[in-house]
Amino acid sequence: MNDVLVRLEGVTKSFLGVPVLRGIDLELRAGEVHALVGENGAGKSTLLKVLAGAHRPDAGRILVGDREVSFAAPRDAQAAGIAIIHQEFNLLPHRTVAENVYLGREPVRRGQVDRRAMTAGTQRLLEWMGEDGIEPDAEVARLPVARRQVVEIVKALSADAKVLAMDEPTAALAGSEVDRLCDLVRRLRERGIAILYVSHRLREVFELSQRITVLKDGAFVSCSPTEDLSPGELVRQMVGRPLGTLYPARDSDPGEVRLALRGAGNGRLRDLSFDVRAGEIVGLAGLQGSGRSAVARAIWGVEPFTSGVVELDGEPTTITGPRSAVRNGIGYVTEDRQGDGLALRQSVRDNALLVRRAALRGAAARRDSDLGSLLESVAVVARGPDQEVRYLSGGNQQKVVLGKWLAVSPRILIVDEPTRGIDVGAKQTVYRLLRKLAADGLAILMIASELPELLGMSDRILVLHNGAIAGELPAGTSEEAVMGLATGHGLGEV
Amino acid sequence: MTLVRRRLTITPTVTVYLALAALLVIGSILVGANGGVLLDQSGILNILTRSTLLGLVAIGQTMVIVTGSLDLSVAYLAGLCSLVTAETMAGRTSMMVPGVLLALAVAAVVGLINGLVITVLKANAFIATLGVALILRGYLEHNYTGPAGSVPRAFQHLGYDRIGPVPVSALLVLLIGTAVWWFSRRTRTGYHLYAVGGDTEVARLSGVRTSRTIVTAHVLCASMAGLAGVLLAARLGSGAPYAGTDAGYDLESIAAAVLGGAVLTGGRGGVVGTIGGVLILATLDTVFDDLAVDPFLKDVVRGVVLVAAVALYARHRLSRRSS
Ligand SMILES: Nc1ncnc2c1ncn2[C@@H]1O[C@H](COP(=O)(O)OP(=O)(O)OP(=O)(O)O)[C@@H](O)[C@H]1O
Ligand SMILES: [Mg+2]
Repeated sequence: MNDVLVRLEGVTKSFLGVPVLRGIDLELRAGEVHALVGENGAGKSTLLKVLAGAHRPDAGRILVGDREVSFAAPRDAQAAGIAIIHQEFNLLPHRTVAENVYLGREPVRRGQVDRRAMTAGTQRLLEWMGEDGIEPDAEVARLPVARRQVVEIVKALSADAKVLAMDEPTAALAGSEVDRLCDLVRRLRERGIAILYVSHRLREVFELSQRITVLKDGAFVSCSPTEDLSPGELVRQMVGRPLGTLYPARDSDPGEVRLALRGAGNGRLRDLSFDVRAGEIVGLAGLQGSGRSAVARAIWGVEPFTSGVVELDGEPTTITGPRSAVRNGIGYVTEDRQGDGLALRQSVRDNALLVRRAALRGAAARRDSDLGSLLESVAVVARGPDQEVRYLSGGNQQKVVLGKWLAVSPRILIVDEPTRGIDVGAKQTVYRLLRKLAADGLAILMIASELPELLGMSDRILVLHNGAIAGELPAGTSEEAVMGLATGHGLGEV
Repeated sequence: MTLVRRRLTITPTVTVYLALAALLVIGSILVGANGGVLLDQSGILNILTRSTLLGLVAIGQTMVIVTGSLDLSVAYLAGLCSLVTAETMAGRTSMMVPGVLLALAVAAVVGLINGLVITVLKANAFIATLGVALILRGYLEHNYTGPAGSVPRAFQHLGYDRIGPVPVSALLVLLIGTAVWWFSRRTRTGYHLYAVGGDTEVARLSGVRTSRTIVTAHVLCASMAGLAGVLLAARLGSGAPYAGTDAGYDLESIAAAVLGGAVLTGGRGGVVGTIGGVLILATLDTVFDDLAVDPFLKDVVRGVVLVAAVALYARHRLSRRSS
């Protein structure tokens, strides 16, 4: 039996009188990946923050080895050998990789920070991880998102952690990057590190973990060895009921063309021609960097097309920026919900009505009588419309973003990674919602990295490769066919 | 991989010195066309003298701005410390060292109060330091109507001596600037100043003692303002309650730091850029004086320069972000 490195006993935590964790027990063992799952708002991140010393528990004990500890601040948890990769990115964009890795623990030599040691230490860890594409002296802001995740891991490792907790480390990753991260987790486990792994991607959970703990509404549900659980049973424990089919059936026929691109291009995109019709969901597939989000940004006018024609309802239209996009009935759920999608310090109400207030005029802009039904339609779980959005769990934040677009009843909706970081139950809600919107006549363009999701939801799939359309596939196509086109091999070679 | 490519990046610090050079050239031409010389012995002396005290205050201000804070109390604090210096010395040579130490101690305590109000009471820095500024003003207005105290002749050398066209006090500021640069860019606490300003929560979760770091920055900033007060006393021969506010050290120091590339939300800026900003402001003033320009126009130009600089840096950051 492996040693228990950290034990949580009866951890309880309330925010402003609302219980978020109710007596949670958890054991982390050396050389074991312990998965922590639960719906959005179940309290997973809060539990990790308690473990990190960022929140103090109201009751309960934390034992490191067999010694009871009390963390007054994150540095105490660090000193006890616990490192956390938080759900939100936790790097300083304008400092270098090495400076971020050693933040708070800078080595000092003769009164000065030893930059050479920092660079060398970072380099060593990057090499150990097989990541030689990252310069320790590069500014973090210049790295792509997937690489930043690597920096977070290096940061945790450099602290020589014996316990590593990761809160949805793959949420921002796709395809091969996820595989690399999973490999890394295995290697860390083999080194004898205890890993607490939080994820909504159940496939990873089953592949990586030896033990799974389920939380629901802040309460402990179960802790079982992974091999004793089936995915269906796990979902039932998380959601509290069997879920049934994840993807709703299509029940509408495509109508007239809402959005059409004719030979559209700009610096990153070449000669795009496709239609999106009322009532259909068109999937946009492609590898990271293939230009999927660039298509969305171009249609929305943030980085507009410089050649070709965009037609809305058959009329050639020039969209000059987000405001004109909104006025033309195009909604855009961005992939970075915290950065672009939400005013985190504002209430649920203000966020949900943000676009309406900004884009509409007169009485229509002030209307809020339908707020309740709006929030209900996206199934937001919040303490009330006045709660600040930053206190919502990740999944509920995403639902608010969806709601803010529905508030202006767009004709075309672009959704970029709409289920990033949200739980299965909420995913099902979002899928049903998108399907219902399509049935009501909305034209939907959907970008998603998780292929099962894209295949399950799309009526047609456009595959991008290097900024151009490599092909179109019908509903019911295979993951291999999509990957074939996405990697630049024709259909025939797959 | 081992091949390190170094591109010359146009950082705000580089920009500000290029702008300074351009300003010196244009200023020389304008003043020359008017029959004068900008950069003769007295011109250089003039620019450096104007830069000294503001430079000191601005260096300190940069440290708090870098942590994402602000100090609006520096102007009154400089006035207060000039009084502490001059009244403690009261013309006695023997009291020179105690006078300086007492002034610095008073300044440090005010900085400590600023820092604690911000970190412990969680007051917004703008409001907190404005409040402290008002308290200092109340004290000064109630107790002083004009200059008070006097410093011994020996101490006045600090204010007036020079080597060639370079005032000794300017060298002192340069020395202090170097020390603060080293502190902010080479020591662990210095790293933490930038980290806290970059993102306080990230710094905290990474194990940085954020409150302590903010308090340190405020004590440092206030000490710089206090030292400026000491030099004011040396220069004026007595304590001057409103010398700091008359020179507008509060807003001018912020303007200089921003000209030098500091961003008010924190995490960016530095001593080197700020000194460039101070020199630009001083050179502008000197050129305007030489040309006998209308004071109104003078303020307009300063305002335009400041806004243009901020807009330029913002554009620069945006273009780098999307690259
Ligand atoms: N600082 C805070 N103040 C008030 N409420 C909070 C705070 N942090 C979290 N909460 C609340 O605690 C609950 C649990 O949130 P938590 O982030 O732990 O959920 P989670 O399980 O990580 O969800 P997700 O899967 O969406 O990330 C949520 O209802 C959230 O609104
Ligand atoms: Mg979470």
